[in-house]
Amino acid sequence: MNQPASAYFIEDRHDPNETHTLAVLVQNEPGVLARVIGLFSGRGYNIESLTVSETEAQKHLSRITIVTTGTPMVIQQIKHQLDRMIPVYQVVDMTETRRSIERELAMVKVRGQGEHRVEALRLADAFRARVIDATTESFVFEITGNTDKINEFIDLMRPLGLVEVSRTGVAAIGRGPEGM
Amino acid sequence: MSDKSHDPNQMTGAAMIVRALIDHGVTDIFGYPGGAVLPIYDEIFQQSEVQHILVRHEQGAGHAAEGYARSTGKPGVALVTSGPGATNMVTPLTDALMDSIPLVCISGQVPTHLIGNDAFQECDTVGITRPCTKHNWLVRDVNELAKVLHEAFYVATTGRPGPVLVDVPKDVQFATGTYHPPRKSDVHRSYAPRVKGDATQIRKAVVLLANAKRPVIYSGGGVINSGPEATKLLRELVEVTGFPITSTLMGLGAYPASGKNWLGMLGMHGTYEANMTMHDCDVMLCVGARFDDRITGRVDAFSPNSKKIHIDIDPSSINKNIRVDVPIIGDCANILGDILQVFKAEAKKPDIKNWWQQIAQWRARNSLYYKKSNDVILPQHAIQSLFEATRGKDTYITTEVGQHQMWAAQFFGFEEPHRWMTSGGLGTMGYGLPAAVGVQVAHPDSLVIDIAGDASVQMTMQEMSTAVQYELPIKIFILNNQYMGMVRQWQQLLHGNRLSHSYSEALPDFVKLAEAYGGVGIQVHKPGDLDGAIKEMISVKRPVLFDCRVAALENCFPMIPSGKAHNEMLLPEQANDEATAKAFAGGKALV
Repeated sequence: MNQPASAYFIEDRHDPNETHTLAVLVQNEPGVLARVIGLFSGRGYNIESLTVSETEAQKHLSRITIVTTGTPMVIQQIKHQLDRMIPVYQVVDMTETRRSIERELAMVKVRGQGEHRVEALRLADAFRARVIDATTESFVFEITGNTDKINEFIDLMRPLGLVEVSRTGVAAIGRGPEGM
Repeated sequence: MSDKSHDPNQMTGAAMIVRALIDHGVTDIFGYPGGAVLPIYDEIFQQSEVQHILVRHEQGAGHAAEGYARSTGKPGVALVTSGPGATNMVTPLTDALMDSIPLVCISGQVPTHLIGNDAFQECDTVGITRPCTKHNWLVRDVNELAKVLHEAFYVATTGRPGPVLVDVPKDVQFATGTYHPPRKSDVHRSYAPRVKGDATQIRKAVVLLANAKRPVIYSGGGVINSGPEATKLLRELVEVTGFPITSTLMGLGAYPASGKNWLGMLGMHGTYEANMTMHDCDVMLCVGARFDDRITGRVDAFSPNSKKIHIDIDPSSINKNIRVDVPIIGDCANILGDILQVFKAEAKKPDIKNWWQQIAQWRARNSLYYKKSNDVILPQHAIQSLFEATRGKDTYITTEVGQHQMWAAQFFGFEEPHRWMTSGGLGTMGYGLPAAVGVQVAHPDSLVIDIAGDASVQMTMQEMSTAVQYELPIKIFILNNQYMGMVRQWQQLLHGNRLSHSYSEALPDFVKLAEAYGGVGIQVHKPGDLDGAIKEMISVKRPVLFDCRVAALENCFPMIPSGKAHNEMLLPEQANDEATAKAFAGGKALV
């Protein structure tokens, strides 16, 4: 190992990265999202997707869903670091439980005429995307599904006149009768 | 409408702050006034239960509060104004976060209606301090203030202790609301640190300990934070098992340095025997330490053949740097108690005679050896003399950061916890002098010494003025080698001896400086004069700057070079050989 001159021990880590979806139940109070995001940027963790919304208004509870990547050791760290924050009630690794459903919603604007327009509509039908706005030269499709399905749909729209995309990010929930 | 004028719980926000301090048993706070905290200072003026120590810079208030906390086990409290007052607190808050020191900082903020307007002395205090506190709060409603203050004290002192900050806008300080004494419901329901260790894990740990052939106990600052019970139980565990014990920089004093099972500190500048024991052990019991990079050296070669048990109150410390076999989450006093109980009931003292023989061989290498001189004071010698002169005295030591800090850790023997205040995690030069102020406030009749370097001490020198004002007889023992010694050591070892900006040019005359502050200055050059001068320093009941002129180019050994493992230490007798060049990978031109 050829070390550069440094007061720190520099090492290569070779563990493969994994992608995990974490559901984080937090007290809905000022700054709570900043704390969570600050943790990720401050400690150099990745955020692939992040969604947040109040889920139980009376109890002031919000649910944050984060898709992140890292080595198994880093993923474990992220969970512990989140869990020890004061306003965090619970952290659940939806990927580890392997019994969760993930969905994302996207609105996809496509502009075109003639054959392209027909093709876009046909594909939207195949993907069960709904038309939520239309002009004589454009559509806005609403599509719901897992991230892969939405990526695929967007890729197909690209040559047909894709203008822009707005995505919600991933929401996840466990299967079966039990709550989190 | 009911008449609230006679309700004793109706008061202004400023009064609530002082009241909350009293309700939490706070007797001393450290602070600096300014526009956004004037209502609080007005309340402080009108009472006598809380003594306020006026520092000369807010950073000093923070470190003084840290020293106070570390030496008493109680939370330290700092009070600062908005804007620069708050930003000056960032260093001590970060320092306290890294070293798990309970600190409560109250900061003033511009009035609520001006927040976000770039008002005079406004800054986003909660934004700036979010990553350097365990938690922080901006209080916008005076009726929330009592709850937040109580929660702040609770969060700072429970679980893994740490710094918290409460930001109080000036209009909230003026507003009148209802105060209530501390109650359980003040705390977030989501905050419930785990105290009790898992019984199954404890059983697993005992089985490992009972069958160990080459065990070691590695303890840290967590034992000291946990309180006197943890220290007592740790000592008992060492007694019952007969195991060797080493400690991190932060953990010194939990096990007495004069104890027969003591190996000395471990890590980058730890003893050879401590590091070799860690490297070759078969069972490691880590109590309240966090496998920091100064401890482990190269992680893939860290204690490769051992089963590791890790006791920590913070789950995020588990498997962060080093994968462990038996993690036990909880308070270490609690868990040590359980381990002892199970061990005594079900196991007997393992026979580790061979292991102790091996350790004796490592000890015989005498890794802290240095060559005394009759002409010049060696820094190691100075620390040893100081240690001898303070034996049997009620002594507290603080340090700055650098070579002197490592020499103090190596050569000053600590017999009790809470006696050693040093900036371990953040490595804050300038910590020691204000920390000594805080320690002396908490222990007015004790001997409080800041072991300092000539460079570090200049970073917070202004607090000499605080010491003089409050008649705090702190002793600033400066190992003056006219260099930033540790920087120079690394430059010598790793940067081709190009001593870029590590020479302390234009040093002040410390004797005159002490006198200018109204303290006492002592200077010593000759080894023969050292003991007498130290005696004089101790006998003076005023703040002293002790300018101890030491060998300029002495370096701190033994040492684990970067990228090396515990069994690849560089020992003092090799330090000037080719071995030095070889030991440092990359082989850059060395002295």
